[in-house]
Amino acid sequence: MFTLTDDQRAIAEAAREFADEHLAPHAVTWDQTKHFPVDVLRKAAELGMGGIYIREDVGGSELSRFEAALIFEALATGCPSIAAYISIHNMTAWMIDVFGDEAQRSRWLPRMCTMEDLGSYCLTEPEAGSDAAALRTRADRDGDDYVLNGVKQFISGAGASQIYIVMARTGEPGPRGISAFVVEGGTDGMSFGPNEVKMGWNAQPTRQVILENVCVPAANLLGGEGDGFRIAMRGLNGGRLNIGACSLGGAQFALDRTVTYLGEREAFGAKLLKSQALQFKLADMVTELEAARTLLWRAAMALDAGAADTVELCAMAKRFATDAGFEVANSALQLHGGYGYLAEYGIEKVVRDLRVHQILEGTNEIMRLIISRGLTGAA
Amino acid sequence: MNIVVCVKQVPDTATERKLRSDDKTLDRDAADGVINELCEYAVEEALLLKEAHGGEVTVLTMGPSKATDTIRKALAMGADKAVHLVDDALHGSDALSTSYAMAQTLKTIGFDVVILGSESTDARTGLLAAMLAERLGVPQLTQANKVDIDGTAIAIQRLTDYGHDKVEASLPAVVSVVEKINEPRYPSFKGIMAAKKKPVQTLGIAEAGIDASQVGLAGAWSEVVDFAAAPPRAAGTIVTDQGDGGTGAAEFLASKKFI
Ligand SMILES: Cc1cc2nc3c(=O)[nH]c(=O)nc-3n(C[C@H](O)[C@H](O)[C@H](O)COP(=O)(O)OP(=O)(O)OC[C@H]3O[C@@H](n4cnc5c(N)ncnc54)[C@H](O)[C@@H]3O)c2cc1C
Repeated sequence: MFTLTDDQRAIAEAAREFADEHLAPHAVTWDQTKHFPVDVLRKAAELGMGGIYIREDVGGSELSRFEAALIFEALATGCPSIAAYISIHNMTAWMIDVFGDEAQRSRWLPRMCTMEDLGSYCLTEPEAGSDAAALRTRADRDGDDYVLNGVKQFISGAGASQIYIVMARTGEPGPRGISAFVVEGGTDGMSFGPNEVKMGWNAQPTRQVILENVCVPAANLLGGEGDGFRIAMRGLNGGRLNIGACSLGGAQFALDRTVTYLGEREAFGAKLLKSQALQFKLADMVTELEAARTLLWRAAMALDAGAADTVELCAMAKRFATDAGFEVANSALQLHGGYGYLAEYGIEKVVRDLRVHQILEGTNEIMRLIISRGLTGAA
Repeated sequence: MNIVVCVKQVPDTATERKLRSDDKTLDRDAADGVINELCEYAVEEALLLKEAHGGEVTVLTMGPSKATDTIRKALAMGADKAVHLVDDALHGSDALSTSYAMAQTLKTIGFDVVILGSESTDARTGLLAAMLAERLGVPQLTQANKVDIDGTAIAIQRLTDYGHDKVEASLPAVVSVVEKINEPRYPSFKGIMAAKKKPVQTLGIAEAGIDASQVGLAGAWSEVVDFAAAPPRAAGTIVTDQGDGGTGAAEFLASKKFI
């Protein structure tokens, strides 16, 4: 189990080379200056990263979710924040690819695959985070249009994106009353809050999306009325794998840096790497990451195969990989001593970036909720 | 246009490279084989020429069977097909016999333009383009940082200390490129998946019309007589600045006769 084919190795290698050349050298600067490098995203799209698992007829790379996990891990070694944005973009494109009709696919996906148009996923609201089914943004039918009103909170890419998939209520309270709409950037009535000041993920914007009488043609409805929550949750299964892979990549980078650092740093008359206490710490770190990787790959294969336990496996992988990734990165910081705390060494940034992976795409508490539901059979 | 791009697999410069003690040739098993860096620029230029003028890009690699990895990479970048010249009899060939083997192969497969990197990171002789052109009896346009083709006319630009040379010739021709010429593309995921379906023709020396006595260690005109590992780098000198750092640095430079 789990040996890569030549193609898979080559795909991961191409993503890693891209990260080494175009992400890693700039990651600290982008973090410090809060720069969202859209030009670099478009360059990534030349490799096929704009539509990793989008069908080929609209310009996608049509790879598996397993291969996507390899790609996101490799990308995140350069910058977890950019890798994670590329994941969100792919998640929105995937929702259109799978739930959109032919007209919708051919209208939006070609430019998303080249990343000329970026995507944002708009589910969370100020009053509805973990309990997303309680969302209040309304979409009211008006002739051939829907009129959207509400506020979406914490939207990654907002302001820079062109394609917003907005989950809004068209019917009864609860999950069955929610529909998914594609709202294009620049539509009258759509505006954005200020770029949030945050702990990490500084290389991508996070803003509110404010919808005031935004008129969207019925042709922008994905699937049917009432399908929105199911579509949003389906997107998140794969999104969770990608986020887990981003944690793995960031932590792997921090670990690799630590091995090098301890090999150079001298204290008490010897290289720190000679200390068995530290060697054992490194052994634990690499073991945690390998365990996370194994679970993540298993979940990705379940998703590719459409296995019955996909949802639980994706939740387990997300919970485990994002926790392990954060712990390993934090330990890497500790092993760098005071230098780990300096921006220049690139480790503290990874710690800050990985912290949010335990919160978004469903908090790790919500992952436990999903897992325990599967276990106890409770609804 | 029939574009042939020569691509070499070399040991990764990031790893320790060694010579074999038995026959004093490069130990190709000791290090990972990667595509020679300048060859990526050659492949990119070949693809750009194809995009501008149409035709087909063929990768030509002479090297051991594990060089298929490198061929695959060039195909993933977008080349159409490949010819792999592989034969135990070629082991130990020097620059001159390599140029003979490559020229014979090029005569067999045909070409309008041959593009190659101006040197490889392993042997670094930088001779192949000139030798190939001579053996094929076609013009050589070396060290190009720009290539223009118009019908059968070809012109290149070569950077010099005083500006640049413009060299013109007519096709068929051999062109060698430097890294200033372009920015090699990454293989796309689609390109990687497509690469394995592209034809790779394997040729032994007989099929390529190569005389066994002129290649390999026996056919080489140059011989490695002896070699030694480079001495480890000595620690540098640190001048501590106690208000007189400038003087200390100047004295050091003077002692080494730099100033
Ligand atoms: C940087 C950033 C980017 C984001 N990007 C996006 C985006 O692009 N699109 C989008 O839609 N959203 C996005 N989010 C929102 C994110 O998904 C939510 O923050 C997350 O789902 C949690 O919701 P909340 O913040 O409202 O917390 P709450 O739901 O209020 O939770 C507070 C705490 O209570 C716990 N909790 C809640 N319910 C339960 C329960 N039943 N059992 C146990 N514990 C529970 C939570 O785990 C958490 O610890 C982003 C968030 C951040 C910080």
